[in-house]
Amino acid sequence: MLLLCLVFLLLGLILGYAAQHLKVQGDPIVEQIDALLPQTQCGQCKYPGCKPYAQAIAQGAADINQCPPGGEQTIEALADLLGIEAKPLNAEFGAVKAPAVAFIVEQDCIGCVKCIPPCPVDAILGASKQMHTVIASECTGCELCIAPCPVDCIIMVPIANKPSLWQWSATHHD
Amino acid sequence: MTKLTHFHGGLKLAPHTLLAPIIDSSLPEELVYPLLQRANNYALLIVKLGERVLKGQMIASANSPFTAPIHAASSGIVKAIEARIIAHPSNLADDCIVITTDGLDEALASSPCFDYQQETPEDLRAKIHHAGIVGLGGAAFPTATKLSTEQDIHTLIINGAECEPYISCDASLILQKAEEIVQGALILQYILQAKHCIIALEENMLQAAQALQKVINTQSIQLISVPAIYPTGGEKQLIQVLTNTKIPAKSLPAESGFICQNIGTTYAVYQAIIQGLPLTERIITVTGKGINQPQNIRTRIGTPIKHLITQSGGYSKDVQRLIIGGSMMGIALSSDEIAVTKASNCILAMTSDKLENKPAEMPCIRCGDCATVCPAELLPQQIYWYGRSEQLDQCQDYQLFSCIECGCCDVVCPSHISLVQQFRATKGAIIIKAKQAEQANLAKTRFQNQQQRRAKEEQEQLAKAEKRKATIEKMKAASLAKKKSL
Amino acid sequence: MQFPATSSPFTPASNTVNRVMLQVLIALLPATGIMFWLFGDALLIQLLLACSTALLAESCMLWLRKKTIKMHLLDLSALVSAVLLALAIPTIAPWWISVSGTLFAIIIAKHLYGGLGYNPFNPAMAGYVFLLISFPQQMTAWTMPFDVISSATALDYTKTQLGLGFSVYEISTSPLFGYLAGKDWEYISFAYLLGGLWLLQRKVISWHIPVAVLLGLTIPALAAYLIDSTRFTSPLFHLFSGATFCGAFFIATDPVTAATSNKGRLIFGLLVGCLVYIIRTWGGYPDAIAFAVLLANLAAPSIDYYTRPKK
Repeated sequence: MLLLCLVFLLLGLILGYAAQHLKVQGDPIVEQIDALLPQTQCGQCKYPGCKPYAQAIAQGAADINQCPPGGEQTIEALADLLGIEAKPLNAEFGAVKAPAVAFIVEQDCIGCVKCIPPCPVDAILGASKQMHTVIASECTGCELCIAPCPVDCIIMVPIANKPSLWQWSATHHD
Repeated sequence: MTKLTHFHGGLKLAPHTLLAPIIDSSLPEELVYPLLQRANNYALLIVKLGERVLKGQMIASANSPFTAPIHAASSGIVKAIEARIIAHPSNLADDCIVITTDGLDEALASSPCFDYQQETPEDLRAKIHHAGIVGLGGAAFPTATKLSTEQDIHTLIINGAECEPYISCDASLILQKAEEIVQGALILQYILQAKHCIIALEENMLQAAQALQKVINTQSIQLISVPAIYPTGGEKQLIQVLTNTKIPAKSLPAESGFICQNIGTTYAVYQAIIQGLPLTERIITVTGKGINQPQNIRTRIGTPIKHLITQSGGYSKDVQRLIIGGSMMGIALSSDEIAVTKASNCILAMTSDKLENKPAEMPCIRCGDCATVCPAELLPQQIYWYGRSEQLDQCQDYQLFSCIECGCCDVVCPSHISLVQQFRATKGAIIIKAKQAEQANLAKTRFQNQQQRRAKEEQEQLAKAEKRKATIEKMKAASLAKKKSL
Repeated sequence: MQFPATSSPFTPASNTVNRVMLQVLIALLPATGIMFWLFGDALLIQLLLACSTALLAESCMLWLRKKTIKMHLLDLSALVSAVLLALAIPTIAPWWISVSGTLFAIIIAKHLYGGLGYNPFNPAMAGYVFLLISFPQQMTAWTMPFDVISSATALDYTKTQLGLGFSVYEISTSPLFGYLAGKDWEYISFAYLLGGLWLLQRKVISWHIPVAVLLGLTIPALAAYLIDSTRFTSPLFHLFSGATFCGAFFIATDPVTAATSNKGRLIFGLLVGCLVYIIRTWGGYPDAIAFAVLLANLAAPSIDYYTRPKK
């Protein structure tokens, strides 16, 4: 009897020690969720970036179907990771759009630099009274630059269907 | 007598060879040149709209090792630089140079060379690059880049093993230009400083073998016939058969000291060096039961396919598919308005009875016939199961990217599963996923950098404000003290 | 002119599932013929019951699963399972034995797992084991060839007598025994062997599984026989008794449930052979093909994993 109590006491002490000294910094699940998100940093999920959204999902404050740029693929990957049912995209947070990049119409740009701070990935090059331009290869299509422009000179150009971007699709299965 | 070995798998296929003499193609009204080349690289446009170009004039230059210059195949005006549907499995449109021919066929002056051994290998390679020569076996890899390998090459293999059914452009070229081909082989051997040179033919190409045997008068070139098993014309398979050397999965033949060049490429090298002509034409086999008069045609590169069809007597009644390439690895095209490129070796018009009679797919019964015939020694059925269930990591575990898409597994499958299409789709899914991950990582890094930069700026602002506040306090205190002392 | 753009290859396919199954059925004809000669009309009735039940069950399941009935029925896979089962059960078994066994094989062991290509267990063997465990009396009631007197099979008799302490030599003097194994039963084994060799020649099956099964059985049998020939029967007896050749050529070679690569198939076959020997000698049942094959089916995915081509 006494021996049993001593054994359990010892185990308890070991567990306590492990909990303290082997603690993992940060929450690994948040990193895993963040790795599945498209990193558009657009805020359509109502969180200021993908990492905050990942944290919210981990805490249970947000649902997994709030990310329009990620679309169905991301929802299913998240459902897989968290072991829950996938669900359709919540239309409240936006609709899935075809991939597009922002384009500044140079005739209309007034060089006001108002579009540069909102861009989460520094994809707009420009300075006061100088022509602004979007670095297309860096643009994630988040559309955060469109509203701040006082002359509405930024448009979204869908990424063209070119042979270099095309891939085969599988046959239809029974 | 060289002892030949076998590569794993492979199939004996009905060859459907057309042994017809080569005829010249008539001048088409339009020549179309896509700028898209290998590995999604584009050639650089150097002509302008409305400019008159001569035959052999460079109209697009190369600015990467994966691209080769493009030359006009006849004289005419650059009518447009616009999107046209290109000979690509997507059947999508991409930027093309469109030349309207003027019927004069006026050529640029050529610079022939009479003794190539007076030139250095580097100079000859530069000439080959300027001539726009790419692999004419179907892959269109820039030849100058291939020849610029830093590896020591001991064996040059001239690949005449035309193994895919229906294609006979190489066989017919050998019958007409055997001497020139051997010259081209010697030039390539000189450039590579290769000790051995083998010209490999399939054992059923008897006339071609005779024609070559007559003109080979040097010990350094060996003529070897290999068994007619598809796909013996694949580089790695041919090297295995000729020399019993297995090229490892992710490595190039050059790393083991081998370089393979197609017969057509070899002839183009002869034309470029000895005759000083850039690559503007090639032999194309126009065949299939859907064509009334199958031919081997010397075609100007850029000719629309329908021009060749007309010259071959037009379509027969039951034509169902238009394929560029052979019946195993060809690309099905949506329209005959598409123009031929340097990679086009065959135009195949197929009727329904010769087509793969595809009833609906049955489930895979795991018979293993696909693995028995796979020349890359893969397990196609495992890749199929994993690909279908989208377990992409396992597909790569089973070496999906070593698949050469030869189609052997597809043809033997008793359940008629479209294996090649499934593998292509799976490869595509993996590539797309990798691209998306790369873009997401880039966006994340830039976002994090931005956050850090802004936090730093904010801190600096705060520090400045504190400092200013402290200075003001100091000044205030100093002036107060001064007042008191007064 | 416009054309559809589909994927290569554009060559007619050379083989069909239908043709594979048909050749298996043809290869079973010698064995069917011999069994008919030995046991009479009863065999035909079993075959008829099993085949018709199989086709009916398959049609129902295909209809329930909303698949095209005609195409899948014509692949003959249900018939192959039915024929194998009918040949495995005692010919005088009551009608509900073949019907229930076939129903179990087709509905539960095949379709509930996803149908052709998706079942992890050999349907015919699953059906046989279901019957053996549920109705042991009916499943062990064999008759003597050419007769209706019930009797044990040679394997059965050997097992019980060995258990009673008789030596192999004494047992082999019994009238049940012929040249190599059970009298007249050995002809059935020859018939299966013949059919199996024909399948090999036609390249319907590859040599890996049959050779491995026979080796997996022969090697331990030979070893045991050399150590003590009074308590362990000879390898030849094992090879020509029971369903050895049937198992080696027709049952273990079922592609859907066996291992995939050639290396894997060798291991799979060896496993089947060894298990057959172990169960026959020390297990509770006289013949062990069904159990051995089902156990090896369990191991097949692992075998596949460990024999996959490395980088």
